[in-house]
Amino acid sequence: MRRGWSLLSHERRIEQALLVSALSSVFILGLIIVFIFFEGLPAFRAAGITGLLGGLRWAPTKSAFGILPMIAGSLWVTLGALTLGAPVGVLCAVFLADFAPARIADITRVSVQMLAAIPSVVFGFIGLIFVVPFIRQYIGGPGFSVLASSIVLGVMILPTVVSISLDAIESLPRSYKEGAMALGATRWQVVSMVTLPSARSGILAAIILGMGRALGETMAVIMVAGNSLKIPTGLLAPVRTLTSGIALEMGYAEGLHRQALFAMGIVLMALILVLNLVASAVARGRSR
Amino acid sequence: MMRNPARRSGANIIKDRLGTAVVWSSGILVMGVLLAIISVVLARGLPFISLEFLTQAPQKMGREGGIFPMIVGTFLLALVAVPLATVLGVGAAVYLAEYTVENRLTRLVRSGTEILAGVPSIIFGLFGFVLFVVKLGFGWSVVSGGLTLAFMTLPTIIRTSEESLHAVPRIYREISYALGAGKWQTIRKVVLPTAGQGILTGVMLALGRAVAETAAVIFTAGSSLRLPAGPFDPVRTMAVHFYILAREGISMERAYATAAALIILILVVNSLALVLMRRYRARF
Repeated sequence: MRRGWSLLSHERRIEQALLVSALSSVFILGLIIVFIFFEGLPAFRAAGITGLLGGLRWAPTKSAFGILPMIAGSLWVTLGALTLGAPVGVLCAVFLADFAPARIADITRVSVQMLAAIPSVVFGFIGLIFVVPFIRQYIGGPGFSVLASSIVLGVMILPTVVSISLDAIESLPRSYKEGAMALGATRWQVVSMVTLPSARSGILAAIILGMGRALGETMAVIMVAGNSLKIPTGLLAPVRTLTSGIALEMGYAEGLHRQALFAMGIVLMALILVLNLVASAVARGRSR
Repeated sequence: MMRNPARRSGANIIKDRLGTAVVWSSGILVMGVLLAIISVVLARGLPFISLEFLTQAPQKMGREGGIFPMIVGTFLLALVAVPLATVLGVGAAVYLAEYTVENRLTRLVRSGTEILAGVPSIIFGLFGFVLFVVKLGFGWSVVSGGLTLAFMTLPTIIRTSEESLHAVPRIYREISYALGAGKWQTIRKVVLPTAGQGILTGVMLALGRAVAETAAVIFTAGSSLRLPAGPFDPVRTMAVHFYILAREGISMERAYATAAALIILILVVNSLALVLMRRYRARF
């Protein structure tokens, strides 16, 4: 009887320990938000919300903390990456689900997984060695540009877009496709009229998560973006994103300057949280 | 929903051909990009890799010499990060898979994990810098970098482990209970060993991410060129070293060689993950 009792409390203690580890990810997320927020808040107080978010001049040693150019830069390269990467990613998912013969599908799947594993510095380096000089020579401008960043980021978001779109396409009932085939639809008609429209919300969620990936990428962008502090005037203009702005100056920033970098972190984190909420709302729409 | 797909007119057949071509090219493009990246890095980097390069210290900021301290630094960070993330992550997964049904708590944990997985690595860098380097006074060190990476790789391990636990057939647990085993005994002696390969997949993926990371590491572990003497000494990982060599144009050949070593390490770790996952899936 006593032994049974101690066994039971042993089980309870283990369950409690496991509960604690289950809550660890939520706890860590909370810690991150709290720390970034409190470190960045003084900069918001000093420069004012509009001075910071709407300011055009970033000269932290002269107390100018305008981060609008970097917000604009982040949005430019993210949209560029989506324009290039999202269609390829979604079509690659279609390829995997409906077109590729088993062996080739297998190789493609492995490629997508390996692409996700390549370090971002390597993507940046390849961009620096090939993409930047190519743009400078054949298209114009300094090469370090919105376009170069978009190309590199467009490749980097592929694994996210492909794998989540593929999940969405593969979870469609077979009968959808078979019904369309039975009506005599061509393969492309099945894709464009049945598969893509019915997997729409899952694909949208994939694209939004890819957007988060592009928005948060740092090292690859630093190497190809040119890091200029002006709002980019075109695809060939150099650009600085929020992430690269933080990474470029974190090494030596002190005091209010460092706090301003954390304020950029707050903006970045807020954008990512919004994207996550939208993505899960969209994905939930699918399951209804 | 369908606009009469039954018309196989000439136009539709041309559209089908075009569509098929576009879909195939997307697939081939993805494979091609990966192949191009790997082959460029290996072709230009492998010729500079030698035993000396892997076993000697760098000289002149990395312009000459090898990358031995960076290899050590990379492994030390992984050695702190991966076991910690594994303990927390597997614990979380066991709780989610074995102790609860879907409720508000599991939804909270799942969305927390999902959001954590989407947090940019530079944010982890900022966070690790404030908490570990400054507030807790660990400085730029193996410990600060390792803890930051543990937090960053946690979602990967939780997800893969939970998936693997769900794949273990219910009957295994029932037989164990029928033999008189308790819940924890069943998990420890039956469920976890069965799910082992799947869990190891997640551990390998986490290891790959930790080794590849730069932004979160450079502001928490530092970029010292020396071998660390203890856990509170700064280190430079291979990824950070490669970044500094390439960005500051210190030495292109050494940059390529470091990248090649890094890519090989990452390909090996991730291939291992892939093989383990396939074997695990094939079992059930």
